[in-house]
Amino acid sequence: MTVTRGRFAEWSQESAVALLAETSTSPGPVLMSLQAVQDRFGYVPAEAVSLIADACNVSRADVHGVLTFYADLRTSPAPDVPVRLCAAEACQSVGGRELKRDWERRCGESAELSEATGADEPVFCLGNCALAPAALVGGALVGRATVEKVESMVRGSLEESR
Amino acid sequence: MTVWFVPRDSAARSVGADEVADAFVDHGHTVVRTSSRGLLWLEPLVERVDDDGARIGWSNVTPDAVSSEGVSSNFVGRVEDIDFLARQDRWIFERMGITDPVDPEDYLAHGGMVGLRAALEMSASDVVDSVVESGLRGRGGAGFPAGIKWRTVAETPASPHRGEPATAAAHKYICVNADEGDSGTYADRMVMEGDPFLLLEGMAIAAHAVGADRGIVYVRSEYPDAISVMTEAVDIARANGWLGEGILGSLVSFDVEIRVGAGSYVCGEETAMLESIEGRRGMVRTKPPLPAIEGLFGTPTVINNVLTIASVPSILARGSSAYAALGTDASHGTQVFQLSGNVARGGIVESAFGISANELVYDFGGGTLSGRGVRAVQIGGPLGAYLPSDRLDVPMGYETLAESGGMLGHGGLVVFDDTVDMAAQARFAMEFCAEESCGKCTPCRIGSVRGVEVIDRIRGGEDAAFHEDVLRDLCEVMTDGSLCAMGGLTPMPVLSALDNFPEDFGHAAGGE
Repeated sequence: MTVTRGRFAEWSQESAVALLAETSTSPGPVLMSLQAVQDRFGYVPAEAVSLIADACNVSRADVHGVLTFYADLRTSPAPDVPVRLCAAEACQSVGGRELKRDWERRCGESAELSEATGADEPVFCLGNCALAPAALVGGALVGRATVEKVESMVRGSLEESR
Repeated sequence: MTVWFVPRDSAARSVGADEVADAFVDHGHTVVRTSSRGLLWLEPLVERVDDDGARIGWSNVTPDAVSSEGVSSNFVGRVEDIDFLARQDRWIFERMGITDPVDPEDYLAHGGMVGLRAALEMSASDVVDSVVESGLRGRGGAGFPAGIKWRTVAETPASPHRGEPATAAAHKYICVNADEGDSGTYADRMVMEGDPFLLLEGMAIAAHAVGADRGIVYVRSEYPDAISVMTEAVDIARANGWLGEGILGSLVSFDVEIRVGAGSYVCGEETAMLESIEGRRGMVRTKPPLPAIEGLFGTPTVINNVLTIASVPSILARGSSAYAALGTDASHGTQVFQLSGNVARGGIVESAFGISANELVYDFGGGTLSGRGVRAVQIGGPLGAYLPSDRLDVPMGYETLAESGGMLGHGGLVVFDDTVDMAAQARFAMEFCAEESCGKCTPCRIGSVRGVEVIDRIRGGEDAAFHEDVLRDLCEVMTDGSLCAMGGLTPMPVLSALDNFPEDFGHAAGGE
């Protein structure tokens, strides 16, 4: 359950172009190219859209369409330690809604926590439904999640990076 | 020192299996990371071999309980004698919890590749016939006979990618749908993390049967461990001649690529998945053409769920008639049921069809985790019905569940205790549909938004009888008018909640 903090490269057009030269040759390259850019830089900057369009030989509108369809793809940098609480039925059955409410309240009390974790982006099912409620804290899956458990993982991760 | 088996499944890791494995190493033990037995309420469940050669285990292990002597508490005895496991009939999950997922020797030593070797000695059409005779039906939810789908692809000539000249290389694809988005389901994830070669073996058998040269596993991004294990397994399989040119010395050539989703539930619908693999918005396609005739990049494509493909190796290894003999009239073989939610013993139950929901929830699951009464069980994911506790005697099967107003879906059962507000669950079903609709057809895109509003009015006591009529009317439009199961089945949880739990829709009931 090690929290891995996003360590992403600074945006660089040169490095993006080199990356896209690899991804754009596969069949159906647009989504893969967007994912590759996000994997490297942590998000898809506006400048990347026309680079991807050029590399894949499609219009910018096509790239924009794909970028805005998928929940994973983001157009701004991710928070330091993203916290995602599962909002689906299995987690609801053991207090998922209450966990979300209490976590938001906790973030409201602590500027440090809310800044480090960003706004909760809903996720529907993390595949840990037998050990619900489930959460994803900085990429690490948590079973039987509680506010205390999530907070201690976030703080542990912040501590490490200091 | 002793060799200890510690699961590497992400559910086990989510409750501390990594820290436990580290503690064993710190105390001088040797650790082998295995798959999980699927007895998830016992995780981390660690095992070692006793003097008789049997695996014995300790449950819910914490790092503090580990010493140079072993584990100090929670001894569970012989793991295979645990009632929950002993009463199962494991075909797909036969190696689960026993082997190291990415050790090819371990795979071979525990029955791996027997099915593929058997298939390669048969003609392609005989393999298709075997799958037809086994009665295997699609485990993704629709329940279409897998062998019939394979036969269609086998009989359709390979073709170049759409838009390419007729002289370009012709292909057929095997696409495995691993976009397991249904809440309450995790069997696909466990297969990919715990027995990835099984999936690849099943894909190679399918490739031989239909004459496909390329395979894709479309894994949802929410499953990072499954993605990394599958990617590693593909490389190992290639190195062992299980994939690539001339598989196991035969004339069959087939290779597999892992593609990752991007957080879209509707991409679990087969044509939306094809669009996503082709790099576009995950919008549902109209059918016809069927994907079996014009699928990925316009080529003939087998699309099967992980559990469907993972059933194939053991069907070939143990014989299609043995498989067909299991289960009920129209639902043959085993299903991997997944118990979750508010349940005391959550985990995997692989059993022949025909077992009742009662047996699963009570005999296996032990009732609720909270200790309160069971009020409802949602079977088959977010688009499945909520069955009240007095209707759980229904035998599990495609038709039997349909007759009782529900559906099997992907085999998940989510248990709710008596504190659940069923009107809130109905509202959530509409909310989820609004969030995840691809937007192509109006009943789904607009209907789901209107559904939330109407349920809010009913819950608020605003002309409730009238708005209930509106809701039923809306559900009829969504059921009959939607392009795919997203909009077409969202009414199922909504109406089952309304019909079975009308008291929760009374004036100002609940309210958040």
